Amino acid sequence: MREDSILVKDFCKAYGEVIAVDGISFNVHQGEIFGLLGPNGAGKTTTMECLEGLRQPSAGSLRIMDIDPTRSPASLRDLIGVQLQSSSLPGSMTSREAMDFFCAYHRVVPRHDLLDRLGLGEKHTVQFSNLSTGLQRRLALALAIAHHPPVVLLDEPTAGLDVSTRVELHEVMRELQADGTTIILATHDMAEAEKMADRVAILLRGKIAATGSPTQLTATGSGLVKISVLSENGSLEKSSEVFAAVSQRIIKEDYVIFYSHEAGDTVPAILDYLKAHDDHLIDLRVERPTLEDRFLEITQSKQLNGYRL
Amino acid sequence: MTAFIYHFLYDFRTGMRDKTLLLLNYLFPLGFYILMGLLMTGLNPTFAPTMIPAMILVAIMACTLLGLPNPVVESRDAGVFRSFKINGVPALSIITIPILSNLVHIILVSVIISATARPLFGAGIPVNWGYFALILLVSAFTLASLGMLIGVVSPNSRMIVLFSQSIFLPSMILGGLMIPSDLLPPALYRVSLLLPTNYAMNAWRGLAFGMSTTFEPLWGVLILLTSGLIAYILAIFLFSWDIKNRQVGHNPLLGLLALLPYVLGTLFLAS
Repeated sequence: MREDSILVKDFCKAYGEVIAVDGISFNVHQGEIFGLLGPNGAGKTTTMECLEGLRQPSAGSLRIMDIDPTRSPASLRDLIGVQLQSSSLPGSMTSREAMDFFCAYHRVVPRHDLLDRLGLGEKHTVQFSNLSTGLQRRLALALAIAHHPPVVLLDEPTAGLDVSTRVELHEVMRELQADGTTIILATHDMAEAEKMADRVAILLRGKIAATGSPTQLTATGSGLVKISVLSENGSLEKSSEVFAAVSQRIIKEDYVIFYSHEAGDTVPAILDYLKAHDDHLIDLRVERPTLEDRFLEITQSKQLNGYRL
Repeated sequence: MTAFIYHFLYDFRTGMRDKTLLLLNYLFPLGFYILMGLLMTGLNPTFAPTMIPAMILVAIMACTLLGLPNPVVESRDAGVFRSFKINGVPALSIITIPILSNLVHIILVSVIISATARPLFGAGIPVNWGYFALILLVSAFTLASLGMLIGVVSPNSRMIVLFSQSIFLPSMILGGLMIPSDLLPPALYRVSLLLPTNYAMNAWRGLAFGMSTTFEPLWGVLILLTSGLIAYILAIFLFSWDIKNRQVGHNPLLGLLALLPYVLGTLFLAS
């Protein structure tokens, strides 16, 4: 069994009367990518900032590599790499200067190769304020990992980035994981979490609403499979027939979409129906529930159940 | 130490690279110096003998009271200090390094003014260069510490303007730069002793230029130094990495303690 790099136990954080995080506990194994998911205001950033030593927890205990970030933030600095959700660098600082500057404080040799790796090589003399958002994010990631920290905390690292930049950053995360780096990834991008995270915790109004691997979480939901059908004559659109195991049917952009408990029963029934009505199949897609579906399911059910702090 | 030196060199370069800082550190004080040299030496014959320290004080105030505080507030609000914190940059460096790099900018401007004021405008030159340099360093340190303290306690840029100008503007008029403070009416003279520049000018006149003074010049140096040290310590104590995450009990009003030596000076040196 792998060691835990991060331990969070009964952690609470209140801002005056407002309780941002309410007694959450989780652990992150060494070399794991752990997703911290939730809507805006769920408590992700507060949790991250307390782990980073930027804020003091109101109660509970936090440990990174057996170090309490509240009591010994200085001893944590070389052990963690952080990409903050909202942070900046001096506007006149160039990428190369930033790398030299922070590496000097971490007492390591500047990693100019990382600037090249993340597409900043040609822009190393451009001042931070003149870099695009994507390049600023890349630089933030480069600075976070330049001192080879065993734990990396990434808060919305790909928010607002184009697809290719996002894919590149995901590749870097995979490389870090392969080197044994533990990563906490706070995001509200469910697709990103499903793709990258080994385990996730879904935070909702300061509490953990669900935790497990993305596969486990999607499996424990309603289990409805999405079946999308497009046919030549559109006979299904006009049909009122109820197919086996289908619990919901909607029409969207010429596709008829069925939510089924048992795709193995529903799909043959649909195909039989099309054949019987002299219609021809153009497209058929069967999709298992995604983490996003499960996330929406959880958040909606919690809201319906009056989930309160 | 390497990190400290790197940080210092970076900060010094920023003072040259940033257009606003370049204006406040060099262009404004040197432009003002030339303007005053052309105008005031003709209009006011008492100005030329102390022109060098007066223009150096203008440079110090522009560099420190006007130039130092704003980057502190901007960096704190933009999250720069949060990035610094998570990468192990200590608060001591964030406070100390801009003060040191400003000292270097001030020394460079002071050398230019000291070297050119006599040949260009017939300004008086010091009779004791050692005291001249000492008072320069003490004045620069004190006003830089006050500038840093203003940046640390100011919640936003508007408050910086208010705090900085409340020292800068009265100092220009009553601070002994344009006219000797002993020519002021008694009530205004007493008020003028609340301003750091008056102590610096009095010390320069007495110790570096061998001129008459209104009070013992060494007291002035001591008061300046005490105020500077209090301001420096308070800037470190009151420093916050994040405007929304201030330390409990760190009331910005504590910053007023840095003015205490001037209040004492007003009470005991004004007679």
